[in-house]
Amino acid sequence: MPSPPPEIWGPIKLTIELATITTLALLVVATPLAWWLARSRAAWKEAVATFVSLPMVLPPTVLGFYLLIALGPDGPGGALASLWGARTLAFTFTGLVIGSIISSMPFVVQPIRNAFAAVGDRPLEVAATLRASPRRAFWTVALPLASPGLLTGAVLGFAHTVGEFGVILMIGGNIPGRTRVMSTAIFDFVETMRWREANMLAGGMVAFAFAVILAMILIEKRFAKARG
Amino acid sequence: MSENATIKAAFKGVLGAFSLDAGFTAPARGVTCLFGPSGCGKTTVLRCVAGLTRLADGLCIVGAEVWQDRNGAFLPTHKRPLGYVFQEASLFPHLSVRKNLLFGAPRQDRDADRTKIAFDEVADLLGVERLLDRSPAKLSGGERQRVAIGRALLSQPKLLLMDEPLSALDRATKEEILPFLERLRDRLKLPIIYITHSIAEVERLADQIVLMEKGRVIGAGPLEEIESDPHLPLAVARDAAVSLDGIVQTSDEAYGLVTLKVRGGSLTAPASAPVGERRRIRVIAGDVSLARDAPGPSSILNILPARIVSMKPIDSNEVVAVVTLGADGSGARLLSRLTRKSWEALRLAEGMNVYAQVKAVALAPGRGELG
Repeated sequence: MPSPPPEIWGPIKLTIELATITTLALLVVATPLAWWLARSRAAWKEAVATFVSLPMVLPPTVLGFYLLIALGPDGPGGALASLWGARTLAFTFTGLVIGSIISSMPFVVQPIRNAFAAVGDRPLEVAATLRASPRRAFWTVALPLASPGLLTGAVLGFAHTVGEFGVILMIGGNIPGRTRVMSTAIFDFVETMRWREANMLAGGMVAFAFAVILAMILIEKRFAKARG
Repeated sequence: MSENATIKAAFKGVLGAFSLDAGFTAPARGVTCLFGPSGCGKTTVLRCVAGLTRLADGLCIVGAEVWQDRNGAFLPTHKRPLGYVFQEASLFPHLSVRKNLLFGAPRQDRDADRTKIAFDEVADLLGVERLLDRSPAKLSGGERQRVAIGRALLSQPKLLLMDEPLSALDRATKEEILPFLERLRDRLKLPIIYITHSIAEVERLADQIVLMEKGRVIGAGPLEEIESDPHLPLAVARDAAVSLDGIVQTSDEAYGLVTLKVRGGSLTAPASAPVGERRRIRVIAGDVSLARDAPGPSSILNILPARIVSMKPIDSNEVVAVVTLGADGSGARLLSRLTRKSWEALRLAEGMNVYAQVKAVALAPGRGELG
């Protein structure tokens, strides 16, 4: 087999970086949000849940369009960028991370919220009767019991970030070395008739997607068995 | 807690379609049973005591500590020194039995043996030593409930709350756990509030009882008093009985009989027990008959002078009489169930001195028999 051309390594490396940073950021942001959605009795929490879920159904172009405005020089992204002397977050790696966090959020929040809801009140009440403060009950009871949901959320968030195309293209612009990730690189290779490179990346992503879904099924089975 | 400390609890409020207005004061020692039919609000009261449910109009004072008052003071559950045993064991499935047991144990006590209720003692008391490294999923229902009780005890509570800890278990498992609860009551100086709808559990465990019905407390006091109060439902129930605590005075090994001293008299029962031991006696109302004059030679072992305190008709043909033992009527109370015909034929009346003939006296299993 001929060795792969060097141009495909850049997008692969960037994709892994983007998905890893996005997933870690999502776990930090989505876990408290999912906890609040699962536990709060606020009437408006479902409106928040709906808002968070919007990226699941909106066309990526719509999401990308609004993100482009928000990240641009006149949006909050521009204001943020000016803190380190930049003009805009659009067409930057940071912009991609922010866009990925928003577009992958529902895939992470949903399973974690379900896992927290499945934990129920009882274990937390038991923890309280054993002198555990709400904070300690969260860390030592709720979080470990919901860990399969966190793992599912992380895997889904990672996979969805790797697979995102439309939003990335809209806000990233497919700049080699900065914003060209695997999905957009394939698009570019196809446009320029480089079938071999397109084939390698596309095939790799099929194998990746297969591995992700298989891993999730196996994880779930294992947890179901362990918790009997 | 000091000898005369009390638990004061009163809660009033509406939860969904249920309205609760229940209050009681109980000595902060021994076992206080909250007893009543399902849905009468026992669990809600216990949850309020624990702070798991918060009613604005609530009062909860345990010994000198105010856990909740009507001026808005409310100590969150995790700051109340209590132990709570739920109906289902509710062990943490992600932790081993050992880690479950130690979850609420004060940190500084985890290694050292300075604990008031020590780990080894609890493991031994509840018979869970060989389960320590297992996962809760691998335990039987009875084992799980024992671990749950141990876990609550190791959090060093000053008050133990138990919500029907046996009701989710089958009969055999219940019989396996009851002795542990009796040991707990006898060995640890820890006040317990115990919810049950089983009169059998009340008779074996309770020192005090709080009777509940439809969200209200209809009677509260020492077990013997409440059981024998003709205005309360227990005394007129078909299986009415009085539970007394007696001290073994003599033990006749040859006949397999013991004589126990109770207030105002003594009762003989088929059992073996060491002299001086305290044992619970149960006398069923239907086993007690009354005679105006001292009966002649009889096969009945227990014939005691007593005085009729009160009488209440149960239905058109039966009455229940409350008698106190002793010629002066100052002793322990018994219930006697008679036909109305006998009551009238003997011309019995309140205040009259009679002889109570007790056909059967049952002893609860003693510590020695529990192994």
